Amino acid sequence: MPFREGPLGDLKVPLTWTAAVALIVAAVIAVAFLLADRRETLQEQAYGVTRQTVDVVSRPVSGAIAAPGRWTGLGLDFVRSYFFTASENRRLKTELAEMRQWRDRALDLQDQNERFKSLLGLRTDPPIPMASARVVADSRGPFANTRLADAGSERGIEVGNPVLNERGLVGRVVGVAGGVSRVLLLTDIASRTPVMIDRTNARAILTGDGGPNPKLEYLRGVDPIQQGDRVVTSGDGGVVPRGLPVGAAVKGLDGRWRVVLFADQSSIDYIRILLFKDFAQLADEKQLEAKTLPPVTTEDPQTSILSTPSPAPKPAVTTTATPPAATTATPPAATQAKPAAPKPAAPKPAAPKPATATPAPTGAPR
Amino acid sequence: MSMSGGRALNPVRWLGVPMALCMLATVLFAAPIRIWGLQLPEPVFAMVPAFAWAMIRPSILAPFGLLVLGLFLDIFWGGPTGLWGLSLLVAYAMVLILRNAMTGQSRPMMWAWFAGVTGITMIAGFLFTMLDSLAMPSLLAVFWQFLVTALLFPFAHRLVDRFEDADVRFR
Repeated sequence: MPFREGPLGDLKVPLTWTAAVALIVAAVIAVAFLLADRRETLQEQAYGVTRQTVDVVSRPVSGAIAAPGRWTGLGLDFVRSYFFTASENRRLKTELAEMRQWRDRALDLQDQNERFKSLLGLRTDPPIPMASARVVADSRGPFANTRLADAGSERGIEVGNPVLNERGLVGRVVGVAGGVSRVLLLTDIASRTPVMIDRTNARAILTGDGGPNPKLEYLRGVDPIQQGDRVVTSGDGGVVPRGLPVGAAVKGLDGRWRVVLFADQSSIDYIRILLFKDFAQLADEKQLEAKTLPPVTTEDPQTSILSTPSPAPKPAVTTTATPPAATTATPPAATQAKPAAPKPAAPKPAAPKPATATPAPTGAPR
Repeated sequence: MSMSGGRALNPVRWLGVPMALCMLATVLFAAPIRIWGLQLPEPVFAMVPAFAWAMIRPSILAPFGLLVLGLFLDIFWGGPTGLWGLSLLVAYAMVLILRNAMTGQSRPMMWAWFAGVTGITMIAGFLFTMLDSLAMPSLLAVFWQFLVTALLFPFAHRLVDRFEDADVRFR
């Protein structure tokens, strides 16, 4: 029996009301999705299979759509270089002359740096491997700033890897699938990056807000920043390596310190993904897992505190030094107790003593 | 204006096709094109069906269509899941409540209504983002997206005009 001929055939439900009920159900589902979302945690588990699938499907589609734009850009570059060759040549010559001075300066500093490093026995971080990729899609809205890159897990990319272009830091990887990865930009509202002011070493947290210039929050210190200061990553927390260029500091219209990103100075078509997970990967694990530990040598408190110290070898000529000075007369002990040693009242002994063991003639006891 | 005679309006025509076109336009405008340092704008194309579907007729399927569209935007743009779904449903609910006041008004007036509804949607998105991320989005970025979205009214007008009288049961 058809529905309309049945007993419920005359029942007429107002369409607006049924639409309202459908609206409420849909809204409840949307709220549930929003509450269940853990995007801001930026964890690997929070990037679900659905997102990975959409990314995998989007990559070839967006890649095909982006290709004509890229070719147009390349064509425009070619035309521009053809018409502006003379002026560009002049500009490049000027720049080259300036760069030569910087090159000499850089070589000098590099040499100096190497010597200091060898003197201090510093261990520098090994180079971090990188993977290059092309951006195929990007979102620029106020609530999400991400980019889709055409390299994924098959290249060793993992969630958390920092992303750079040729000018500076772009963001970090928040989702990876086969052949594609999602990059959260520094400008995204969920982005937090530990940075420092290069000039003063003042620390801050670079906080995105969906606009082009992220904010510098939790800036510490007295007068830590000036207009134009270079901002680099601090490496605090081990999220990104230290010293990656980020941008230049500017004071925003709202009176807050913001950063003009270096990465924005060029198109972010090509990016480099640092295969950096955390600082543990920079250490040599084999050395860390050494079986033989160095011997633990501690002082015997009975001998160092309670017992009388052994008499020090006296110098050939007896001085009028006070007893405490006499106990610290041995060269190593004298070096340690140098500030506490009183100045000898008598003329300096003729004994061949190391210079470091004698208090400075002009130095008053502290 | 097309007349479909006495046949019921096929949901694929007035719901499915605009939804697919919105997705396509969103993907197109996500191309990383930068000409002389300027990027493409990023309008919320889904505002067009959110406004037009409620104007055409109340429907059970339309809210779920908007939910799907919103979820697609969130996942494709990499934002919080459910943000745009909820914001678009706010727009739909608003137009559904006010449709009696809007119907039959002049084109500029309808444009103003569209801009108003878009503004409310952006404010809703702003508040939902604040609650979700516990941070305040840039007002300038929100305003810029509102501006480019408000320019999409001709598409919404075209959609309303196309299907307003398409089903004789809703005249």
